Amino acid sequence: MCKKETRTFPAEYDSLAAIDQFIADAARCAGFDRCTVYQVQLAVDEACSNIIEHAYGGEGPGVIECSHRVEDGNLTVVLRDYGDPFDPESVPEPDIEADLEERTGGGLGLFFIRRIMDEVTFDFDSEVGNVLTLVKRKGSFC
Amino acid sequence: MEIATREFKRCTVVEVSGRIDSATAPELAETFQDLQADGQCNLVLDMSDVDFISSAGLRVLIDTQKRCQRQNRGKLVLAEVPEHIYEAFDLAGFDALFSFYDEEIEAVGSF
Repeated sequence: MCKKETRTFPAEYDSLAAIDQFIADAARCAGFDRCTVYQVQLAVDEACSNIIEHAYGGEGPGVIECSHRVEDGNLTVVLRDYGDPFDPESVPEPDIEADLEERTGGGLGLFFIRRIMDEVTFDFDSEVGNVLTLVKRKGSFC
Repeated sequence: MEIATREFKRCTVVEVSGRIDSATAPELAETFQDLQADGQCNLVLDMSDVDFISSAGLRVLIDTQKRCQRQNRGKLVLAEVPEHIYEAFDLAGFDALFSFYDEEIEAVGSF
């Protein structure tokens, strides 16, 4: 049985490796194959990088609270921060068929999150912080 | 992340191990920029020991490729990309931007 767990990390890029390990362990426990574990790691890394860069405006004194739980083989990851809210709809989807010169690499993080995870929910609340809930369902292997 | 470079007659191999994320991508960008400043634009990135690469790393590869291909100065090719990492490259449409080689020696031989 997979343990439900919450940990708080400093909102710094050096935290990303530890967050990655924390999430990879949960994804492996949920029974996902290697490719799917990697995809979940990627989605969570992108989400945390966005929190540091956009919600907090860079590395600083903020925190990222990470929780995971596995229910019926479905993995839910919840990321909470206390930075500025942002409108995910304002981020245009990158054109992945554009020529090299037109490619900027911008927007790829959110693109990966949306493509990889089965459910992506943003909740912004000035009282309880910004909450991003990511779900990877059992059987949704890559 | 650790970076090692090896010079060959016609290209330079950049061998990276570990994680390429927002914390480490700037160091990789600097390595490529230094090589390009020295006139080396035929580049092989050996990814056999890369555990993880996020969009921050992908942006470094796109920027490096742009600088190499401007004025036909050379190109960056990717070698020994682990299968699970290739899936992310595929999602991002990298097939059209980079040549991929199963073996580093093939990538070196392509120059």
